[in-house]
Amino acid sequence: MTSLLSDTEYVVDSLPELWFGLVVVSLGGYLLLDGFDFGLGMLFADATGEDRRTMLAAFGPIWKANEVWLVLFGTVLFAAFPRVYANLLSRHYLLVFAIVLALSLRGLGSKLREEREDETWVRFWDACFVAGSALSPLLLGTLVGSWVLGEPSALAAGPIVVGLTVVALSVVLGAAFLGVKTEGELRENVLERGRIAVGVYVALFVLTAVALYALYPGLRPVVVSAPTVLVVAVTLASAATVLYASLDGHYHLVVVGAAGVAGALVAFVAYLLYPSVDPAASLTVSEAVVSPLPLNLASIFAVTFLPIILGYFFVLFSVFSGPADPAEGY
Amino acid sequence: MIPTRTIQLLDPASVHTVYELLALAVLTPELASRVQFGWAITIHIVFAALSIGLAPFIVYFVVQEIRTGERRYERLRKFWTKLFAVGFIMGTVTGIPMAFMFGTNFAAFSTVAGEMIGGPLSFEAKMAFFLEAFALGILLFGRERVSDLAYAVSSFLVALGAWMSAFWILVVNSWMQTPRGYEIVTEDGVQIAQLTDPMAAFFNPRFPWMYVHMQSAAVISVTLLVAGVAAYFVWKNRDSQVWGTALKAAIVVLLVSSVFQVIHGDLYGRHVADTQPHKFAAMEAHYETGAADLHVVAVPTDLEALTDPRAENLYTISIPYLASFLAEGDFSAEVTGLNDFEYESPPVAWVFWSFRVMVGLGFWFVFLGLWGAYRLWRGGLYEDERYLQALMVSAPLGFLATITGWYVAEIGRQPWIIQDVLTTADGVSTDLGQGEAMVTLVGFVVGYVLLFGVFCYVFKRLVDEEAKRHETGIDDRETPDSPGVTADD
Ligand code: HDD
Ligand code: HEM
Ligand code: HEM
Repeated sequence: MTSLLSDTEYVVDSLPELWFGLVVVSLGGYLLLDGFDFGLGMLFADATGEDRRTMLAAFGPIWKANEVWLVLFGTVLFAAFPRVYANLLSRHYLLVFAIVLALSLRGLGSKLREEREDETWVRFWDACFVAGSALSPLLLGTLVGSWVLGEPSALAAGPIVVGLTVVALSVVLGAAFLGVKTEGELRENVLERGRIAVGVYVALFVLTAVALYALYPGLRPVVVSAPTVLVVAVTLASAATVLYASLDGHYHLVVVGAAGVAGALVAFVAYLLYPSVDPAASLTVSEAVVSPLPLNLASIFAVTFLPIILGYFFVLFSVFSGPADPAEGY
Repeated sequence: MIPTRTIQLLDPASVHTVYELLALAVLTPELASRVQFGWAITIHIVFAALSIGLAPFIVYFVVQEIRTGERRYERLRKFWTKLFAVGFIMGTVTGIPMAFMFGTNFAAFSTVAGEMIGGPLSFEAKMAFFLEAFALGILLFGRERVSDLAYAVSSFLVALGAWMSAFWILVVNSWMQTPRGYEIVTEDGVQIAQLTDPMAAFFNPRFPWMYVHMQSAAVISVTLLVAGVAAYFVWKNRDSQVWGTALKAAIVVLLVSSVFQVIHGDLYGRHVADTQPHKFAAMEAHYETGAADLHVVAVPTDLEALTDPRAENLYTISIPYLASFLAEGDFSAEVTGLNDFEYESPPVAWVFWSFRVMVGLGFWFVFLGLWGAYRLWRGGLYEDERYLQALMVSAPLGFLATITGWYVAEIGRQPWIIQDVLTTADGVSTDLGQGEAMVTLVGFVVGYVLLFGVFCYVFKRLVDEEAKRHETGIDDRETPDSPGVTADD
């Protein structure tokens, strides 16, 4: 038994792989949870008046906590694979700041619209909110795409298709979330958009696979392999669940289906990457990982705090469960 | 650089000047990154300090509201929670870019120090950011959905999150000032700092000083803000129970924390002299090794004294040999001058004048605290126009002291990004282009000016709204529900 704070050996041999897994899980958590918010923000574009306020009432209490998953993803990557963090961000310098800008517009828009009544003001911040909600998943998807594909620049076909795929996924997630947070006509409208989005998503997902096959010869064996078939199968089954459940009024099941779609995408990302963590710099998990002592220590924190964090989300989503009411608040 | 074919219409000399100015405005990637980081954190620290300092006040108002059921605490809670909510969003919007800048602009630093700082930053996310965001959701939107007790607990958790956030980020910064618990090893031809002793690294000699001084600074900053706003409303309406309550509470906190800060700062200075002698020399603009005086007040008599302060040429009010005593506990001790370090000096003017501003403000805050305490004791607080005005003017000054204090700590550390381990020049991303660096620098400067402007605007509207309630009185839904607090407005 290795001591927990050994500086020569990892507590368990596969600890570097487990941390690779944690990087992927926090990326997935972010994609799923902030996907609800991004989708909500895009669907916000064609809602009006009272509906918009209902949507914001659903968004208000939870989006901040959801966004922290991005910080978690970044810092987990930094803690376990600092060289990858440094390479990835410095390589995509302008893209990273564009993401920051898009996220800021989203956050500020939602908050500042309430600060004044007059129309120009509200319309301006609403536009920021919608633009930020659409651009964030697009740019984040592009960043993840060029990371996984080892592209030195994000301005390539592969990463951009991935970006669009993530936008479609976010609309699906947003619709699923609003399906449980709203009622009546708004709910039906939103779910209809969600059904269209899930179709678009599947098409884009196929396009991504084709693009990978055509443009990245090195990835061909990965694209035509059993795990990829499994990912496609899960995607199709989940998409079908979204369609069926939303038509049949099983609103919670729609969320499960949407989460399945997102989960399959993240699993695919992990499968494409591993055993590399930074294809552009040819770094594998075992080369890029930090030494045993800091990783063992970080594992103690992770094991202690991840359950607590899940607890926060459980409490938060239960306190604010049920249809959102625009009249509530401080 | 300077073209020979100049546009004929213009005087060649002035074209020359224009080019020189342009060349000055286009910074090297290194300098652009430093200015960008420095500017971004200058704004971030305002919101961070706001959260850290305001959270305990909100806990107090919530607890009092629940305990006494009095309207005035509810009013105070609502007013300050609204400001907290906006400040929190601003804190996130400015904080996320900071975390990314380690990777984008200081990739070499992040590679060298990854093992040392990546961990604490991820602990900050896990322990602090999630907690704060979760509890704030309930504090802002859950008043009707959770019990009184759960509500009070969530206000406390927001505060805990903010204070833990400062804990981990200051672990990182203090390690950069007094690095411990590591070993330099070479990995694939790159030298990196490998963690060997977490306790020594996290609780490095600077950490306790920094944490205490910073948290106290945040409390002072917010206390002055609360006092300034309260003074404004009291000045408009002497019968306001709501704001009288806030004013009295703020004066008590101000007195205690500002006296504490001055004493603590003095001891802190000695610790800096021990651990970073070149920074101490820059704080006193002390160039020649020898006994040093402490310059309590320095007055620049010309531009040069401002841009290039030198202890020997300044018009100062000084206490002879006191700096020697502070540094070494001995009045005649030698204090090493800036000329005698092997590496270049930090930008002395920034460090020297920032230090003067912070210390000067520190004494001003003590004075304000004493003045208020005298008024509390002798009465006449609400009638003392001068005092109320002094408080209003001083409302933003705590934040100014905090910013200048950080300039002392950070600029004074130059040329090191990690003291004696890595220079800032070597910490910058190697592949960063000048164009990219300039684009984002300009973006941050413009963006954060706008952002800060929007924040001030929202704050002003909050204050105006509150002022309007003074004129129209409380609306009928808000009947005072506790006897004795009828003169609510
Ligand atoms: C309200 C704000 C405030 C006030 C009134 C003071 N300080 Fe301060 N000071 C800060 C806020 C601050 C800070 C939060 O900005 C810094 C930056 C780094 C730190 O730990 O605290 C700081 C740093 C700082 C440093 C440099 C530490 C370093 O290099 O790492 C010294 C030597 C002092 N302070 C000393 C003083 C003295 C002698 C003061 C009083 C007369 C004083 N401070 C008042
Ligand atoms: C919050 C208050 C802070 C302020 C106002 C502040 C201010 C500054 C300033 C003005 C600079 C530029 C120095 C120069 O180039 O001459 C700087 C640099 C830097 N600071 Fe801070 N700082 C703060 C906190 C922190 C913390 C908490 C960290 C680390 C966790 C940090 C890390 C750095 C780094 C990496 C640089 C860039 C490299 C350098 O110039 O040394 N700072 N900071
Ligand atoms: C280089 C240094 C810094 C970095 C990289 C940084 C990073 C961040 C990030 C990423 C957030 C957003 C978290 C979220 O999504 O909720 C944040 C917020 C925050 N930061 Fe910083 N920060 C730095 C300096 C500081 C300092 C010096 C303090 C205080 C001493 C501080 C205190 C806070 C607090 C209290 C918050 C909560 C948000 C708020 O209420 O403003 N930060 N910071």
